[in-house]
Amino acid sequence: MDMWNIFVAFISSSIPLGIPLLYGSTGEILTEKSGHLNLGIPGIMYVGAISGVIGSFLYEMSCGNVKENMVPALAILIPLLCCIIGSVLMGLIYSFLTVTLRANQNVTGLALTTFGIGIGNFFGGSLTKLVDTDLPNIILTKTSDFFCVELPFADKLGWFGQIFLSHDFLTYTAIIIALVVSFVLNRTRVGLNLRAVGENPATADAAGINVTRYKYLATSIGSAIAGLGGLQYVMAYASGVWSNNAFGDRGWMAIALVIFALWKPTMAIVGSFLFGALCNVYNYVHHFFRLGHTANRELFNLLPYIVTLLVLIITSMRKKREHQPPQSLGLSYFREER
Amino acid sequence: MADMVKKTKEPLLHIAKRDDITGLKAWLIRIAAIAIGLLLSGVISALLTGASFFEVYEIMFTGVFGRIFEGKTTMLWRFLQQTAILLCLALGVTPAFKMRFWNCGAEGQALIGGLAAMVCMMKIGNAVPYPVLLLIIVVASLAAGALWGLIPALFHAQYRTNETLFTLMMNYVATQIVAYYVVYTTAGDGSGIIKPVATGNLPVLLGEKYLLNVLVVLMLTVAVFIYLKYSKHGYEIAVVGESQNTARYVGINVKKVIIRTMVISGAVCAVAGMLMVAGTDHSINTNTIGGQGFTAIMISWLGQFNPFIMAAMSGLVTFLETGAAKVADSFFLNSSYADIVSGIVILFVVGCEFFIRYTVKFRHNKKGGNA
Repeated sequence: MDMWNIFVAFISSSIPLGIPLLYGSTGEILTEKSGHLNLGIPGIMYVGAISGVIGSFLYEMSCGNVKENMVPALAILIPLLCCIIGSVLMGLIYSFLTVTLRANQNVTGLALTTFGIGIGNFFGGSLTKLVDTDLPNIILTKTSDFFCVELPFADKLGWFGQIFLSHDFLTYTAIIIALVVSFVLNRTRVGLNLRAVGENPATADAAGINVTRYKYLATSIGSAIAGLGGLQYVMAYASGVWSNNAFGDRGWMAIALVIFALWKPTMAIVGSFLFGALCNVYNYVHHFFRLGHTANRELFNLLPYIVTLLVLIITSMRKKREHQPPQSLGLSYFREER
Repeated sequence: MADMVKKTKEPLLHIAKRDDITGLKAWLIRIAAIAIGLLLSGVISALLTGASFFEVYEIMFTGVFGRIFEGKTTMLWRFLQQTAILLCLALGVTPAFKMRFWNCGAEGQALIGGLAAMVCMMKIGNAVPYPVLLLIIVVASLAAGALWGLIPALFHAQYRTNETLFTLMMNYVATQIVAYYVVYTTAGDGSGIIKPVATGNLPVLLGEKYLLNVLVVLMLTVAVFIYLKYSKHGYEIAVVGESQNTARYVGINVKKVIIRTMVISGAVCAVAGMLMVAGTDHSINTNTIGGQGFTAIMISWLGQFNPFIMAAMSGLVTFLETGAAKVADSFFLNSSYADIVSGIVILFVVGCEFFIRYTVKFRHNKKGGNA
């Protein structure tokens, strides 16, 4: 393989690595704009993924595991719907605890992450036993095929097609959702109100904005978006094969990406591709450089975290007003408090 | 105007703050929340496995403590060991939390401390006499953990860099460095597992493998309690946590307190890593701390930053995690079930704080329409 082909393959395979992060960070940006730091996102992404997997697993079973029996629209809609329901439920637990019961957001989020990853791994590891089949693992290649239909002309346009057109539809949806969220936040009244709630809920309340409703909605919709990231990972990146803990720490990276993106969904698009590429360097670096000791390759796994740390430090040093988190991020709001 | 008044109806529920709750009542609420959480997870377990409710708890109990009534203490010691490590990490993050510094980096601080111990055991294990070696291991471990706490503290004190995300990222930096070290040292045989090292192991007391670990953590518990409650440092931490402006006003050097506290926090977390590597496993991998660093954050908060209550909470969570894993195992289900059960109980306790800080009053005017 010549360098150019490897380079194209590198870019093309970096994009799907970044997409779950884009979903996660878009969802988290929306949540944080309402003043809630949802550290439950990693768990929510697991729940989104496993809910979608359960849905499509049951649908594949009901079709006798034959691809010809499956209706494409249902094969896509069932997992999608299950994923959204699962992640919204998690979002509602989080909002009930932090908005209505005013619990500590960090602790609630961490507990939700433990809980969510537990649910993902538990059902991922036990689903085949719970529904009493003789299948050893959850392998949903048929559903995955429906998710991964390439755009037309993808294989006829050479490198352009491979980089831009060869992905599953959830990849393009992620970018569209990020753009829509960006538009809503910056160009609509709803977005203005939401930002007001995140900056100063007391003022927003006095202006007649229903703070509780905004917080609930932002958190739930944010969770649904984040959950889709988990589903995209399983159905597109992992070709429908569930393995426990495979999703790894992508949820935490998505939260870090929010800071990298300075709370702007459009920046999150750029950031997610960069992070995808950084995570992918490990797989490709030996094509480009002589590494010496075999272990040296491991060090490239550090890249995404180091870059995040640098961004974290630089943004806090520059202290530009528009680069700061929402002012009441992490604080509970109680109307009668002075 | 008159229309406006008619339209506004008084809401059914009204929330008010309360400051007069007694300690006893607060704890009754918390215990009730734990009980409801346990009950709920028991019901879920029963539904999933088809076993009866009491059977589930019986499996949990024997799964955790073994045949303790027949004098077999192996399982009990394992339980104490796990509780001790979890408690040690929780003790580590507590000073930082009390200062409202969200140190989510216990995992990384412990892991890097463990790595420092491992490197000492492997590199200079035979070069120096045993007591000196032990001293070097302890110092290297604590220094590594302190450094991992110091870095985020420096940036937070100087530029107010978000500490939650900084410490979270430091976890993964530590994990990757450990991964690198494991691959580096096992490159020859390609097994990817470091074989237990015989040099530089912590001493075994009275023939019980875990006794030293438990004793060390027990002493730490008392030390942290005294440090936070009776020392000048502890007072400064409390003031900085309540209000940084007040602290500045009374002449406390806030930056110094933040940095000092995080160095201590990192070092205490590193003790857990050292106990795991030099005292228990004599080897290291990326999973040596196994996510306990995150659980410890919840323990510290659930224990209201009181080391003795934290000890009880560590015991409870360890019991739940080990027990639920045994329940799942005995029905051939995935052991991640443990995370679900402990998650449910913790969420209940987190939620119950509301009823301690607030009180819910029903609408008092009876004319206000249908309830």
